[in-house]
Amino acid sequence: MPSERDIRTRIRSVRNVSQITRAMEMVAASKMRRAQQRVGASRPYSERLRAMLADVAAMASGADAQEYPLLRQRPVRRVEVILVTGERGLAGSLNSNIIRRATRFLVDEMESQHVEAQLITVGRKGRDFMRRYQREIVAEFIAIGDRPTLADVTPIARIAMDDYISERVDAVYIAYTRYVNTLTQRPELVKILPIEPPEERQKGKYGEYLFEPSPEAVLEQILPRFVEISVYQAILESIASYYSAQMVAMRNATDNAKTVVSELRLALNKARQTRITNEVAEISAGANALGEVAG
Amino acid sequence: MPTLTFELVTADRVVLQEEGVDMVVAPGADGVLGILPRHVPLITTLQPGELRVKRGGDETSLIVTGGFMEVTPEKVLVLADAAERSDEVDLARAEEARRRAEERLAGSRETVDAARADAALRRAMVRIRVGQRRRSSGRVRDDRG
Repeated sequence: MPSERDIRTRIRSVRNVSQITRAMEMVAASKMRRAQQRVGASRPYSERLRAMLADVAAMASGADAQEYPLLRQRPVRRVEVILVTGERGLAGSLNSNIIRRATRFLVDEMESQHVEAQLITVGRKGRDFMRRYQREIVAEFIAIGDRPTLADVTPIARIAMDDYISERVDAVYIAYTRYVNTLTQRPELVKILPIEPPEERQKGKYGEYLFEPSPEAVLEQILPRFVEISVYQAILESIASYYSAQMVAMRNATDNAKTVVSELRLALNKARQTRITNEVAEISAGANALGEVAG
Repeated sequence: MPTLTFELVTADRVVLQEEGVDMVVAPGADGVLGILPRHVPLITTLQPGELRVKRGGDETSLIVTGGFMEVTPEKVLVLADAAERSDEVDLARAEEARRRAEERLAGSRETVDAARADAALRRAMVRIRVGQRRRSSGRVRDDRG
């Protein structure tokens, strides 16, 4: 049985830990709110760009005739996966979930089909893991921060597009954590190259569009933008997911610490009670003994 | 009299959203475009330049660095790479950007770099030109506060 002093020391240390996790929870909560706003703020652009792409792709001649490098489908022998993870841990199972999703894809869906794979890692955790397992990493981005601008993430999209256009890879995927709500974040793996133009176009609403300079020229400019925006969105979602997972993990840790403290408190009280009882028993036994001698 | 709805969106925010617009003047791929209500449907790329939105006697001036514009009879939607209000232009920063771009242009022989530096130079020039003009005329409506 641990002594009262030991228990007191433990209570103090658990309390200190809970103060730290509580502070981290609050920091994560405020970062999460801002990251959420950023996800929301970037949606209008990507939705409208998507709609525009659908309109343009439908009008441009040869949009399906393999004329545009970013639309061109070809047999897949080698793929590239952009893996977006957190910079650090302390976020529950967030990082391991997305890494597991990516690994499963690499092993079950690619290797079993004899498709080679290379990786672009965004975030330290994914990089460290993939390095440890000696996966081929062609580019790594770390410390992109909590509020990347579109310009900060375009290099990632550029590498992917270069690799695709030069036929070093035949498809590009991005693995990221979709932000559903504070409690739910879902690991996702989606194909971003070749682009499959969305088809939800509001056909005939305005008749034919005029294009300047030409549908083909517009399409050529929209396509790379679309890839950049897809990557940007995935990263914003991952950041929001990271902070909500961290907030929840830290809240759980704080709650856990509270339970531990109350259990320790109980143990401490019991120990004190036992000691007092023992002391009283000793004193009365002593008194009895004296009385017998005197009497 | 019919009017237009105008919307200018960048990757990270909705910059301007306005109803009852009478005319939009935009730097289209093939030259400056004046868009009035009931314009034929049009999709165009944009060059770096000034974008003006007129409503009644008011005019809002913005700078875009490129992007896309979709015009329908009742709406103008601009998806800009980057945009700022002309009266918010940081002239010192634009000058600095111009200087850097010129330096790079003088130094680089690689075509990709040259093209990028050239694009940066054009953006900086637009900023400086429009920024200066706006500052001297002071005609820009300020509806922020």
